[in-house]
Amino acid sequence: MWKATIIVTYKPGILDPEAKTIQHALGSLGYANIQGIAAGRFFELSLDGSLSPDAAETKTREICEKVLSNPVIQKYSYELSEHES
Amino acid sequence: MKLGIVVFPGSNCDHDTYHVIKKVLGADVFYIWHKETSLRLFDAIILPGGFSYGDYLRAGAVARFSPVMQEIIRYARGGGPVLGICNGFQILLECGLLPGALIPNANMRFLCQNVHLKVLNQDSRFGRHYSSGQVLRMPIAHYSGNYFADAETLQRLQDQEQIALQYCDSQGNVTEAANPNGSKLNIAGIYNDYKNVLGMMPHPERAAEAVLGSEDGLGMFKSLLERN
Repeated sequence: MWKATIIVTYKPGILDPEAKTIQHALGSLGYANIQGIAAGRFFELSLDGSLSPDAAETKTREICEKVLSNPVIQKYSYELSEHES
Repeated sequence: MKLGIVVFPGSNCDHDTYHVIKKVLGADVFYIWHKETSLRLFDAIILPGGFSYGDYLRAGAVARFSPVMQEIIRYARGGGPVLGICNGFQILLECGLLPGALIPNANMRFLCQNVHLKVLNQDSRFGRHYSSGQVLRMPIAHYSGNYFADAETLQRLQDQEQIALQYCDSQGNVTEAANPNGSKLNIAGIYNDYKNVLGMMPHPERAAEAVLGSEDGLGMFKSLLERN
């Protein structure tokens, strides 16, 4: 079985109100040295083990671009690994 | 004239919109379940507000894959008028019928309040009852209404006169103080290139009867009910 771990975050320069709120909260808790923080979403996708490495990668990328992220405002990264099912 | 209102799981302004068209304006209107695949009978389509699919993933992101959406994309590309209100606007952006995206409000709050809107480029299927620069008053009710597009897209929206509504003060001044959610250029509503698709965050269906405080939204539905 293939396992893709996917992280979706806002592109740089796009206001990330959630991260800003968290950073503000950290400040009020006394964490003074926080330079920045990004918030995002995590997905774990399990794919059929019969897929070739190329096919698993193509599928993962397609799903990231079409569904899991909105390319207008977000970027994604993923790691793909093979597991015993 | 027959109007259709698309119903997704989680739509919650469908009945308000139906009420305005049927009871206030006395026109023909039908619900369209999101699994429908034929829109031939309709003269205009409305995607109503609500929380389709619980706003999971991103507002409008899942509704975009409903069977009816393929048909709506075809309908809109063929010139059919499509109005997306609030969550409907979010869906139109997610499916690519309109450019840009809506991100969470800059202050991270759900906003439920009346706003003033400046009408621009009203020469369309939606704006016949309005004049350029007219100031309207309507409610907004959203968490993700912060319109974003890159600089190039914003320039194109201005050059091609695709901005339909901007947040403004009661005098019609488009200022930062009058921008409730952080939207670029105070954008509250935009058209597609051919101006047959309009997406807007404010709720005209909640401003269509004097007893509810404003009739400023009524013109939008009246306009849709008139033939070319």
